[in-house]
Amino acid sequence: MDDRRLETIIGNLLRAGVLLAAAVVFLGGVLYLAGHHADRIGYRHFTAGGTAIQTVAGIVQSAAHLHSEGLIQFGLLLLIATPVARVALAVVGFALERDRLYAVVSLIVLAILAFSLLHAI
Amino acid sequence: MSALVYTLIVLSLSAVAGFLGSLTGLGGGVVVVPALALALGVDIKYAIGASLVSVIATSSGAAAAYVREGFSNIRIGMLLEIATTLGAIAGAVLAVHISTHAIAIVFGLVLLQAAYESLSKAEHETGAIVESDSLGTRLRLGSDYPVDGRRQRYGVRNVPAGFGLMFGAGALSGMLGIGSGALKVIAMDRAMKIPFKVSTTTSNFMIGVTAAASAGVYLGRGYIDPRVAMPVMLGVLAGAFLGSKVLVHARVRTLRIVFGVVVLALAIEMIVNGSLGKI
Repeated sequence: MDDRRLETIIGNLLRAGVLLAAAVVFLGGVLYLAGHHADRIGYRHFTAGGTAIQTVAGIVQSAAHLHSEGLIQFGLLLLIATPVARVALAVVGFALERDRLYAVVSLIVLAILAFSLLHAI
Repeated sequence: MSALVYTLIVLSLSAVAGFLGSLTGLGGGVVVVPALALALGVDIKYAIGASLVSVIATSSGAAAAYVREGFSNIRIGMLLEIATTLGAIAGAVLAVHISTHAIAIVFGLVLLQAAYESLSKAEHETGAIVESDSLGTRLRLGSDYPVDGRRQRYGVRNVPAGFGLMFGAGALSGMLGIGSGALKVIAMDRAMKIPFKVSTTTSNFMIGVTAAASAGVYLGRGYIDPRVAMPVMLGVLAGAFLGSKVLVHARVRTLRIVFGVVVLALAIEMIVNGSLGKI
């Protein structure tokens, strides 16, 4: 398997991931507007939103109950996962090509991403 | 403003930003954040959180198209992502601790640079193809790309300088919620002597991974609000998709000038409002 073929497969997977994420966000958006279209809003002053939209566990739980905001956040989580999946697939791809140097380089990037996502959440 | 009207306005603004960003190659984020902050008075923290998410969407969504063209270099991208992801975490942590006024001013300066890029050169001169230096050779970064139907080999130089610039690009991305593709291209094209086409497509590949590194910090701090991010993400994605389908070769130069003027105006507004403490 050469770089180009590997990249094409990864590229198509990423696009599918983005479309899936967009569909979930859209569904959440429709539900949100159905229930809240007349709410008065502004967002002029920042206030943290709480665990239901700030932690992975909270988001998954909220989405499972089909809460509109939880569904949107779940879609956004799927989206954030697409580049992470890309790096993970690159690790596998380089390992299959027996390219140890770049398998390790990809693994370092994956570790940094994992640290950021797990540490912050 | 009611949630419905608000969502529709943000959706439209984001679609225009995504469309223009895709046609000019500057990305949608640079317009979305000032548009939300200046036109709608949205707190810049919500604006950069929503923008960051849309940056991931356009980068991942366009990956397949870029691979088809055969320009991007995954080894260069992956190696430099060590620098951009570390920079992105540093930038996101910094964004949490500095004032929104300071963020607005830094954003304005980045917009000034984008306006300059947009207005100064419609055509990019092709730099000379170089041989790899010793580090570039040891890291096997050189490759080839299609030029007029045949494969042109190219080398890579000055890896440490490029690595340093990429840390900076990652930090700006994490601090401002943008892709900072322009700085990534400068690091590859000017510092590392990589051909321009390879630099721009490899930059796109790197943008999503860089943004994902700061997304965790933003999410944990509540910067990514579903009610703001939903119309921004869907709007930018739709606009960027349309932009990639529309062929406006003849008008790109004019468009760049219009875009450059708009970005220049936004830059001045951001710096003035940031300095006066209004943002």
